[in-house]
Amino acid sequence: MSTLGGVLIGIAAAGLLMFHGRIAGISGIAGGIFRRQTEDIAWRVMFLVGLFAAGVAWSYFRPVDYAFGIERSTLALIVAGLAVGVGTQLGSGCTSGHGVCGIGRFSKRSTVATVTFMATAAITVFVVNEVLGGSI
Amino acid sequence: MKVKLGAFLGGAVFGLGLAIAGMTQPAKIVGFFDFFGSWDPSLAFVMLGATAVYAPVYRWAVRTWQRPIWAPAFSLPTLEDIDAKLIVGSAVFGVGWGLGGYCPGPAFTSVGGGSTEALTFGAAMLVGVGAYQLFMRIREGRSGGPVDPQAAAMIDG
Repeated sequence: MSTLGGVLIGIAAAGLLMFHGRIAGISGIAGGIFRRQTEDIAWRVMFLVGLFAAGVAWSYFRPVDYAFGIERSTLALIVAGLAVGVGTQLGSGCTSGHGVCGIGRFSKRSTVATVTFMATAAITVFVVNEVLGGSI
Repeated sequence: MKVKLGAFLGGAVFGLGLAIAGMTQPAKIVGFFDFFGSWDPSLAFVMLGATAVYAPVYRWAVRTWQRPIWAPAFSLPTLEDIDAKLIVGSAVFGVGWGLGGYCPGPAFTSVGGGSTEALTFGAAMLVGVGAYQLFMRIREGRSGGPVDPQAAAMIDG
């Protein structure tokens, strides 16, 4: 299932490149909404609405795919969300833009970014699971 | 119209892929990074599957097409240097990903799927994205234009 999901992600990203000429980086698409290029906002909002709509539709088939499954306080979720929001803008990309599209373009910048965020994610999980007992 | 509809369809297929791949389950994300506990390597296949499709299409389209189907030109990243912004930003993002279990795409899809945790995370994420971009706009406004025009015009993803 992981590979099938990955292939769908690849097809969507390839489609956005072929039809719109754009890199399918979610943080970049979201960040652009807050920038000044007004004529550019509609497709970005529609892409994000598509992400959301797929979530709604899939929840009728397999609601279990949205299980949270870990122990996190509301404060931890807010801190995590802020870190992802600011970090992806400062670092110009996230798992999709750097991880899939960037590595797919054989970009050195994106490869370094991907290795960096994978490493700090692993360190964070290590600290939460092994030092704090899996809950924060 | 077709550009907007196409973007919606692209987002929908992308989101469906995220849900099917298991990217919307924070326990799976944490399991993938839990090298010292019960490591679940399955998410590596998500990136492999996606890149295997994307890389050849990218090479083919960018090398042989004059332009994309619905746009006058490809909008591709131009930055090449590895700077502190890239490293620090990516490091901060990774901490948030490991802490909350969501990266940006799955956050949007999981909110659609009705996850209250994703809603809390996603709201904070949008505040972070908006605050950073508005801060950059104010800085650019004061100096009479983009501080870093290249970075302002182009984002890796």
